Formats: sequence, C-alpha cells, structure tokens
Amino acid sequence: MEAFGLLLHGFAVLLTWKTLLLMMVGLVLGIFVGVLPGLGGPNGVAILLPLTFTMDPTSAIVMLSCIYWGALFGGAITSILFNIPGEAWSVATTFDGYPMAQQGRAAEALTAAFTSSFIGSLVAVLLITFLAPMISSFALKFGPPEFFAVYLLTFCSFVGLGREAKHKTVISMSLGLLLAGVGMDTVSGQLRMTFGSAELLRGINFLVAVIGLFGISEILLTMEERLALRGHAAGISLRVVLSVWKDLPKYWVTLLRSSVIGCWLGITPGGAIAASFMGYNLAKRFSKDQESFGKGRIEGVFAPETAAHASGTSALLPMLALGIPGSGTAAILLGGLMVWGLNPGPLLFVEHKDFVWGLIASMYLGNVVGLVLVLTTVPIFASILRVPFAAVAPMIVVSCAIGAYAIQNAMFDIWLMLGFGVVGYVFKKIGIPLAPFTLALVLGSRAEDAFRLSMIGSGGDMKVFWSNGLVGSITTLAIVLLFWPVIDKAIAGLGRMLRPARA
Amino acid sequence: MSNTDIEIVVDDPTAPEENSPAVVSTGVVDIVVSLLLLALAVVLGWDNWRTGASWDSTGPQPGYFPFYLSVILGGASLYGLGAAFLSRREAAETFVTRAQFRRVLAVFVPTFLFCLATQYLGLYVASFLLIAGFMRLVGKIALWKSLLTAFIFTAAMFVTFDIAFDVIMPKGPLEAAFGY
Repeated sequence: MEAFGLLLHGFAVLLTWKTLLLMMVGLVLGIFVGVLPGLGGPNGVAILLPLTFTMDPTSAIVMLSCIYWGALFGGAITSILFNIPGEAWSVATTFDGYPMAQQGRAAEALTAAFTSSFIGSLVAVLLITFLAPMISSFALKFGPPEFFAVYLLTFCSFVGLGREAKHKTVISMSLGLLLAGVGMDTVSGQLRMTFGSAELLRGINFLVAVIGLFGISEILLTMEERLALRGHAAGISLRVVLSVWKDLPKYWVTLLRSSVIGCWLGITPGGAIAASFMGYNLAKRFSKDQESFGKGRIEGVFAPETAAHASGTSALLPMLALGIPGSGTAAILLGGLMVWGLNPGPLLFVEHKDFVWGLIASMYLGNVVGLVLVLTTVPIFASILRVPFAAVAPMIVVSCAIGAYAIQNAMFDIWLMLGFGVVGYVFKKIGIPLAPFTLALVLGSRAEDAFRLSMIGSGGDMKVFWSNGLVGSITTLAIVLLFWPVIDKAIAGLGRMLRPARA
Repeated sequence: MSNTDIEIVVDDPTAPEENSPAVVSTGVVDIVVSLLLLALAVVLGWDNWRTGASWDSTGPQPGYFPFYLSVILGGASLYGLGAAFLSRREAAETFVTRAQFRRVLAVFVPTFLFCLATQYLGLYVASFLLIAGFMRLVGKIALWKSLLTAFIFTAAMFVTFDIAFDVIMPKGPLEAAFGY
C-alpha cells in the first residue's frame, strides 16, 4: 500500500489554485484541439508544449496531460453531433453515436461517450498506479543490454504486429533512427551526418519533426477534403445524465471488456485506434441483438469510447515505468520530460517522486474535472465548428511555427518543420506509417547508447544479449515478434498440411 | 424526433470537385519516394562509412550503428521500389486530383511565404499577414473581419509567449521600432 500513500502525497502536490487553474486551461485547450478538424491529440500537445518550457515540470506535465484528456473527450463531440470523427480513434464512435443524435438522443449519446471515456481512463489509471511502480523497481536492475533488448522489442513489435506493409514500417523506423543520430555523437563526441552544416550540428529535434509531421501535414490533408458539415446542437440536462448513469451497471460486461482491450493495446504499441474498433466489434459480436448495432445503440458508444480512453491512458504506463512511450502522444510527453530536464526511465520513480505521483494524481483529478467540464460546456464547443476553416488553418500554422521555433530558438527549425510537413503529407498518402518514425526518433539515441554501452561492456561480443535469462528471453521474444507474420503463416501452413493427413 | 433539429450548418463553397482528373498516381509517387529514400540511404551510408563504421578497441565506432541503419533503409527502399513496380493495382490509384492539389497548394504556398516572411519581418508581422491574407484571399471572408481576427490573434500570441511566458520569438523591424 506504499503506492496509496504516495498517491495521497501526489494529490497534496496538486491541490493548489495554480495547478487547478492550469488543469482547467489544459482541459479547455485540449477539448478545443479535439473538436477542431486537422488538429489532434499529438499535434495539440506538440504545439502547446512551448507554453510549458518556463514552468516547473509538475505544472507542465499536469497541463500537458490535461490537454491530452481534453483532446480525447473532444473527439467524441464531433463524432456524435456531426458524424465527423475529430480523431481517428473516434471513428467507431460515429457508428452508433451519430444515429442516436439523428433520433434526437444526442444528449444521451454524449453523456454515454463522456462517461465511458471516464471509466476507461479510470481503469487505466488504476493499472498505472499499482503496476508502474512495480515495473520500474524491477527495471532498476536493468543494465544496458536489458534496455537495448527492451528497445529492440518495441521496434520489432511495431514491424511484426503493425497492419501496414512491412517494408514501409521498416523504412519509417530506420529513417527515424538515422535522423536521431544526426549531429554530435554522444559517446565519442564526433560529428555524424552533418555534411559540414552548422545548423545540423544541433541534430534534428524530435519535437520539430513531430510538429511538422502531424500539425502541418494534417492541415494539407484536411484541405483535400470537403469541409462542409451539418449537425445537431445539443445541451445536456442533469436528468439525461442521471438516467444514463442509472442504466450504466447493465453494461458492466461491455465496459469491462473494452477497458481490458484498451489497457492491453495501450501498453503494447497497438494504440487507441485499434482499441476502439476492437472494443466495438467485440461488443457487437457478443451481443444478442447484432442487427441493432449501427442504428443508434448506446452500447455502440460505450464500447469504443471506453477502449480508446483506456488505451490512450495506459500508453503512459510504459513511458513512466521504462521510458518507452506506448503512443505518439506519449512519445511527445516523453520529449517534454527531456526538455524540462528530467531523465525518463525507471529512475524517475526514485528521483522525482513528486513529479511522478503528481502526474498520476492529476490523471484522476483531470478526468473528474474533465467529465464535469465537457458535460456542462458541450454547446459552446460544438459551435466552434461554425468558425470557418480558412480562419482556423492559418492560426494552426502560426501556432506550429511558434512551437517549432521555441524549442531551440532557431529559424532553421521553422524550415525543418515545413519540410517535415511535406514529408508527413506524402508518407500518409502512400501508407508509410508515422508512429514508428516518431518512436524511433525519440528513442534513437538512447537505443544506440544502450547498444554501444553493452558492446563496450562485453568487448564486442553479441552474446551479451543472451547472457542471462532475462535479457535472453526479451531478445528472443523481439526476434520472434519481428518474424511473427512468417511464423504465423508457417504454423497455418503446417496446420493445413496436417489436416488432410488426419482426414 | 426527426432530422428537423439540425442546427449547425457550415458550407464549403470551394470544396474540390469529385470528378477532377488525377495529377499523379500513387504508384508513381511510391517509386519516386523509394528512389529518394534509396539515395538518402546511400549518402548517409557513405558518410557514416567515412566516419568509421567498424570496430576498434573500445567497441563500435561512431558510424557503426547509423551505417547499418542506412543499409536497412536502403534495403527496404529497394524492396519498396520492386513492390511498386510489380503492383498494378496501386499504380492506378489516384494520389491527388487536380482540384485537391490546388487546395493543398492554397495552404502550402502561403505557409511557405509565411516562413520566408518570418525570417525577415519577424514572426508576429508574418503571422498577421498570413492570417489576414489567408482569410481574405482563400476564405473570401470580409476584409474587416480578416484584419480584426489577424490582429487579435497575433496580439494574443505576443502577450502569451513574449510577455507572459518569456518564450522569445524572432522579431523584425516593426518590433524594433517599438523597442522590443
């Protein structure tokens, strides 16, 4: 129960007027970002990151994580009222949410979405509270070979389990790792891949790349679409909220199932998008009345929203415990940690107790405050969509430029951001996934350091990655995951060969 | 209740037409990107080879890790190149239509000019010009609304970043005239 005491301490850190105010500001900005087309969780967090540079780390992370919760809540508003998913993970919410709004049950659908988001996050936060300290204290025994093996596992699972074409994932990942190596080499102090350019000496900053890849490219993509919309305006009355909550216990199986799926996919790099679809599909498959899904069934809102939020929240678990982000947004928060001078990894739980437990406590508090906030302010946020995109787009561009410049005070970074914007646009259109790129860019130098330190330790013997049971099994698992599609096919083929023999 | 309670309607008069001809197919873009990535892999690989990509007494040299990554990147791009040539289905798909491309350029060109202006005029002046110009010329919004929105947004950014949070942005002659 040590975790409980520390959590209470975390709440004590949080309960100051300043932090609560920052929390509200973060949530409002986040919902805003979630509602606007062409801006999502990762973009919002990346663009607003510079605001936090001069804050102390605890206030900064509280505000940023609240932007994240806000964006998660905000995505549901547009899916239900306008049939436009503000975020990819709210696509599944539109299946039943929009029909409900058409039937005049918008308030009910919104309440269901917000409540189930809240439940999903809560389950994930509980998991983080009790599991993260355990994992991190276990990981304290890790040496460089173990860390490299864990990084390898993360990368391999992306390649092996991702749904994109394998070579495209490999391209995205190796490009990210390469760009992470540009600049001064941290071990030898030698310059690499700078080609005599003084600007490249600093290296390619992760956050600049993210702002370009997600912010600028998203605007280019949004412009391709038809931006007209029509939808419902809805206010939520206390009566509707209470009636939905009264029915909640009936759906406990759906809620629990979606939470579990979400937590699992959040910790492994499956992501909130996969989680929301899987939550929806499973709820449909296990339902007695499958036909009614897609026609405005409240379970069709509960299932994907719970899973998406559980996944989005639990993606922070590996980031806190091991320094490995489970999602794009978590990767950006990790980038933030480094800017504030904290070293991500298991030592965080030992060296910065206030920070870690402040963050975990803010997850509880942020979700409660967020739930109340969205339930009361939905009409205001829905009307944001009346603002024409021609006014919103240039403002987003300016915010992106401010964000990119503020990180290192370099004009070059604004140009770099523009370049990454074009790269992101092209990559998205030809199906090269961006998440592995982001992950590789943020983990690249640490993965390389871990590799080289293990090599120096072992005198250049690759056997160090199989030197004990722990590191050996992680490395083996990584290689199995890398070749998982091949292995999967081989097993299926073997099964086919055996079956006729038996028949 | 029926659909009568639709209350929020936003139109998009300049939306790209559905039947616009394709500028370029996905297959061609795929091949060009693969070639560019291959070239990048060769250049980076060569640079790392020059830095030293083998082992010395202390372990791997600085270029070792990135050199082999360049090899992986090059290999994957080659594979992508082959796959793009073989795949007939993807080759025919539209990458972008002419109408869509026009809209994308309508954002990209102003953004490019904005970056250029930031370099010489400072971020705030450039931001005012971008927002006002974009709203007026691309969005066809009334001039006074465009100017007012641009001014309020730029002023709000200035107060938030330069004054309240001490995040200093690039400045130009205008700010210098006011003593910033």
